[in-house]
Amino acid sequence: MSNPIHETNTDFETRSLDAVCVNSSELVHPWWFNLKYLATGLLFGIILTKAEVISWFRIQEMFRLQSFHMFGVIGSAVAVGAFSVYIIKKFDIRTIYGEKIDLHDRPFNKGQIIGGLMFGFGWAMTGACPGPLFAQIGTGATVVVATLFSAIAGTWVYGLVREKLPH
Amino acid sequence: MPEWLQKPWPWYVAGPLIGLMVPFLLLIGNKTLGISSSLRHFCAACLPAKIPFFHYDWKKESWNLFFVTGVLGGGFLAATFLGNPEPIVVHEKLLTELQGYGITDHSNLMPMELFNWPALATLKGFILMIVGGFLVGFGTRYAGGCTSGHSIMGLSNLQLGSLVATICFMTGGFIMANLILPFILQL
Repeated sequence: MSNPIHETNTDFETRSLDAVCVNSSELVHPWWFNLKYLATGLLFGIILTKAEVISWFRIQEMFRLQSFHMFGVIGSAVAVGAFSVYIIKKFDIRTIYGEKIDLHDRPFNKGQIIGGLMFGFGWAMTGACPGPLFAQIGTGATVVVATLFSAIAGTWVYGLVREKLPH
Repeated sequence: MPEWLQKPWPWYVAGPLIGLMVPFLLLIGNKTLGISSSLRHFCAACLPAKIPFFHYDWKKESWNLFFVTGVLGGGFLAATFLGNPEPIVVHEKLLTELQGYGITDHSNLMPMELFNWPALATLKGFILMIVGGFLVGFGTRYAGGCTSGHSIMGLSNLQLGSLVATICFMTGGFIMANLILPFILQL
């Protein structure tokens, strides 16, 4: 990295470790700039809910191959996402602030297998991946707050034992 | 309220809209789509203890916490103003299977007979919600992402690790739903 900011930002390694959604922006904005992510999240939550991908029933249908719906949603989302990323890379499209868009590689590690299977189990049990957990609570299924806290606890315990786990 | 807004949105509408979240977040602030990291930020903000994994400047990632708050609000808005008055359409085979476990209510997105506060104190409810939730939190962090971060964002960026993770998410789900869940639902 030629940008000196990257070299002094030693915190970045810890932050980006095992996290896909890192903040790649080096710009510092006042807090209320984050309201646009609140608005984007609102939109995302509405789409997830109206597509019923937050429904325990839809998840059961997916894993029993009884419905194409979930596969259609994920498949077409990836198609549109991949095409967008291709266009962004090909034409070197910048952010609205003129920053270069920064995408991180996700190389293989064993955690993707073991952790992936564990998450798959949890997904079929709760009918929710992390995004839908929040949306489910919003729709009034208040008991999902307990599931969310348990998921936070799971993340915490992972942090506690991660040095001992194969990666 | 137009009827098409209230009805469940078909996959070919919702899927592309979800896919557009990827470029949208990148363009408005260089952010990569991902939800499960918010769970880590909660830990870092509230209970970092002496765990190095939780010692970083979580405030720098606070956009993610705003985002998930929005998702929660979106669920509320969709249910309150765009709610579908009809019961959820569920595949016949699944309905029959669930009836065998005494689950007949499919008026909501969640089966209320399984997911309610008193059920937390039962073995079945505890396993489904608490053990299940724990697996979601532990598994996603171990895998380095969830459906949004790996399956949508990572696959969009053609990442091998994300493909492995997505295959394992699905495999785990198939095993649980078909081989293990029947025993849990019998409890």
